[in-house]
Amino acid sequence: MLAFTLRRAIQAIGVMIAVGIIAFSMFRFAGDPVNQMVGMDTSGAERAAIRKSLGLDDPVIVQFGRYVGNAAQFKFGVSYQFRLPVTNLLMERMPATLELAICATIFAMISGIMMGVYSALRRDSWLAHVFQAVSLIGISLPTFLIGILMIYLFSVTLGWLPSFGRGDVVHIGWWTTGLLTLSGLKALIMPSITLGLFQMTLIMRLVRAEMLEVMRTDYIRFARARGLTTRAIHFGHALRNTLVPVITVAGLQFGSVIAFAIITETVFQWPGMGLLFVQAVQNVDIPIMAAYLMMVSLIFVTINLVVDILYTIVDPRLRSTVSRAH
Amino acid sequence: MTEPVLSVRNLQVEFASRRGTLRAINDVSFDIAKGEVLGVVGESGAGKSVTGLSVIGLIDPPGRIAGGEVRLAGLRIDNLPPEEMRRVRGKRIGMIFQDPLTSLNPLYKVGDQIVETIRTHLNLSEAAARRRAIDLLAEVGIPAPEKRIDGYPHEFSGGMRQRVVIALAICAEPELIIADEPTTALDVSVQAQIISLIKRLGRDHGTAVMLVTHDMGVIAETSDRVAVMYAGRVAEIGPVQDVVKNPLHPYAKGLMGAIPTLAGDDKRLVQIPGSMPRLSAIPRGCSFNPRCAFAFDRCRVERPEPLPRGAQSVACHLYDTVPAESAA
Amino acid sequence: MSEAVVPHTTEKRAAAAPGRFRRALDSDLFYSFRRSKVTMIAAGVTLLFFLLAIFASVLSAQNPFDPAQLQLMNSRISPLWTADGQSPFLLGTDEQGRDVLSAILYGLRISLLVGVLGVVLSGAIGILLGLTAGYFGGAVDGLIMRIADVQLSFPAILIALLINGIAKSVFGNKLDEMSMLAVLVFAIGLSFWVQYARTVRGSVLVEKNKDYVAAAQLIGLPAPVIMLRHVLPNTTGPILVIATINLALAIITEATLSFLGSGMPETMPSLGTLIRIGNGYLFAGEWWIVAFPGLALAALILSINLLGDWLRDALNPKLR
Repeated sequence: MLAFTLRRAIQAIGVMIAVGIIAFSMFRFAGDPVNQMVGMDTSGAERAAIRKSLGLDDPVIVQFGRYVGNAAQFKFGVSYQFRLPVTNLLMERMPATLELAICATIFAMISGIMMGVYSALRRDSWLAHVFQAVSLIGISLPTFLIGILMIYLFSVTLGWLPSFGRGDVVHIGWWTTGLLTLSGLKALIMPSITLGLFQMTLIMRLVRAEMLEVMRTDYIRFARARGLTTRAIHFGHALRNTLVPVITVAGLQFGSVIAFAIITETVFQWPGMGLLFVQAVQNVDIPIMAAYLMMVSLIFVTINLVVDILYTIVDPRLRSTVSRAH
Repeated sequence: MTEPVLSVRNLQVEFASRRGTLRAINDVSFDIAKGEVLGVVGESGAGKSVTGLSVIGLIDPPGRIAGGEVRLAGLRIDNLPPEEMRRVRGKRIGMIFQDPLTSLNPLYKVGDQIVETIRTHLNLSEAAARRRAIDLLAEVGIPAPEKRIDGYPHEFSGGMRQRVVIALAICAEPELIIADEPTTALDVSVQAQIISLIKRLGRDHGTAVMLVTHDMGVIAETSDRVAVMYAGRVAEIGPVQDVVKNPLHPYAKGLMGAIPTLAGDDKRLVQIPGSMPRLSAIPRGCSFNPRCAFAFDRCRVERPEPLPRGAQSVACHLYDTVPAESAA
Repeated sequence: MSEAVVPHTTEKRAAAAPGRFRRALDSDLFYSFRRSKVTMIAAGVTLLFFLLAIFASVLSAQNPFDPAQLQLMNSRISPLWTADGQSPFLLGTDEQGRDVLSAILYGLRISLLVGVLGVVLSGAIGILLGLTAGYFGGAVDGLIMRIADVQLSFPAILIALLINGIAKSVFGNKLDEMSMLAVLVFAIGLSFWVQYARTVRGSVLVEKNKDYVAAAQLIGLPAPVIMLRHVLPNTTGPILVIATINLALAIITEATLSFLGSGMPETMPSLGTLIRIGNGYLFAGEWWIVAFPGLALAALILSINLLGDWLRDALNPKLR
């Protein structure tokens, strides 16, 4: 158990170092950082001074060490566009993105599991066919189209929900939340559904497939032979055994949800990290791009690690059994 | 004679397939009395397991019971509504499957699975059910049951797991236990223990046991009576000593001839030529006729019906011509 | 069941040329194709879209990107069947008096071009890396598959956006249309190679240990050549499935990048760019500028996905 966790942790650090190299290369080699920071009329001497102050004349390996050292302290330099520390910019926008991603995941999990269970248990009902069709459309419609469609329907036509922004937010320390105000909650609905729809499809298909698989196993047949109620068999045994892989996938997908938030945030002008990143790509603001990459990778790697460890806790077979009684 | 615990009459089971309907069980009849062990033997595909599953009502579509009756202590159960049949399963009929490794849900402690089953059928509190679960584990021979009750299935060996499965099958004091190849997946050394456990439980509780196996040795050791199945029909049924010592049906003769004995006589093991027909290609007349050394014209046209011969009953035309002298 | 497959037992397969084997496969495929109405419709729609894209210049009422053909007085005309519709603008016009239908046909051309080229590039990269990893094994294999693992955990859109940003940073922010198209193809190619590589690698590993490879080496034939001739035919099916599904993904990715403003510029728009432009007019009630490009994109992707789903099921009889 400990060895397993340790091995996973070392792998995670390896991935982070690889991402660090990519981020550093972007920062250092993709375009001249000095050119991005100064105007056209800056003299050569001034440029040289800036180069020196940024440490760009040091050996590459020293620069890389410094970059990683700074990154480990969450210092990613100064944004070219905003002239502000990237870290501050990202931290300011992180709550918006996390809140959106969490709401989207909860929506995707609840509706995906319910639809998946239903279409596995009532395989030939018309509603199951509707769910299958919805899942195909959910995969085929690009996220931004779904967002636009919802805005047109619920904001432009019906005027029920706001089409952009977070609504009123409440500050709790450095965190900002839209969950405590009505306008904040209303603003969350459409972006969460838009962002969660793809995951919902994924979870639904997975739950359906896993559930059908589990329903064919011997222990379900034996559970029926024991005379357990249909309810206990479906939800106590089949669903619970289905949920282990489903929760794993949903957990692993959380990183993707954050990355996919880029699109949703653009459609709904949601003031999160994704919107910042898109603007950074358009304006070639490399420090923000590099920092975003590092942040998202860190989230990915952490989630992977946590899921791996949780997996061993949820599934008793993977737990190391210290005392064997025979 | 008291009413048998299980009475199966003219049971027919069909499977709908793309190439038409296949009849897996064709006119099968037998009884099991209280405390009696009936061995059901035959090659794989003979319909033994399907018979067991149809008694407990677990034939899955596309299969269905197409005819006949199954009565449990007089009550007809083959046509019960699903919810009532569910109450019969586990409560009045317990079932043991072949593979103990896959019969238990790996994510639940064995105790939870037993308590769950007890509380489904008996009106007991959580604590009382747990006490009963410990007693049951002790009864099936699991050492330190109060400790092992909180173990997960993967922490038990194959034989121990099969004991847990048996505990689950008997936890509501069923009148009938159906054991479907309960020892096939186990080590030879463990097989005998499990067999004697099933036998002991049947005797102690007066439970009727339907023991499905392809192992004639197991039957000879355990059963009171034996039914020999072939291609979805009962070829011969009777007290186990009679059928083993004096098999009547040519197929049963072949089957008994195939048991190796330690008696040391230099008789060679008899082999039955050929193999059992597939369900889609069961021959006309007696389904055994292409493999039978004694087959005559009638066997190729007319299906033999069970004929009483002493305590035995045999479905073979060879015995139809003999006058009913042995009916006494 | 098609009877054509049955006679191809082992002794015959050795004699049968690959062409014959493929013919049997094709006939089996064709059989299941004809049985599925949805698939036939999807195939028809996909084909139609390709034809529309190829003949865009012939079918359009105007070249929507030739300023000389645009007249501002024609701007914001609603579709023909509405009260304010005007011929020949079947689906209406946009802000600059561009015919929406013509813009869609030209946009379709760009979307399909980027998608197909992106799939071809990612397939080439993936197959090459998969063969390399499988054949050499060891450290090379470890490195390639590790990269694949890491990349697979990141969504393609993020990778494509990053590549896009880096390209802009290296080549300057003002790329002309054709270079932008090349950057998009490159970004998509680098985002989707992993599945091909895994499939091909797996097949190489299976073939590698077979006797015929050793036999071929024994008689002095180069093993890589022999394996290629066995590995590639074996993986044709899976690769075709991956390519079809990836074509849909590539088109979505391109459209998303363009929608986010990091893809095709407005001077040479793809469907995604058109949706981005039209999105701005939604609040003014001019829904047709965004609705029809969106509809075209959705129909295109849905048809390709349906084809991909069918192909996957048809080539993999183990799935029910």
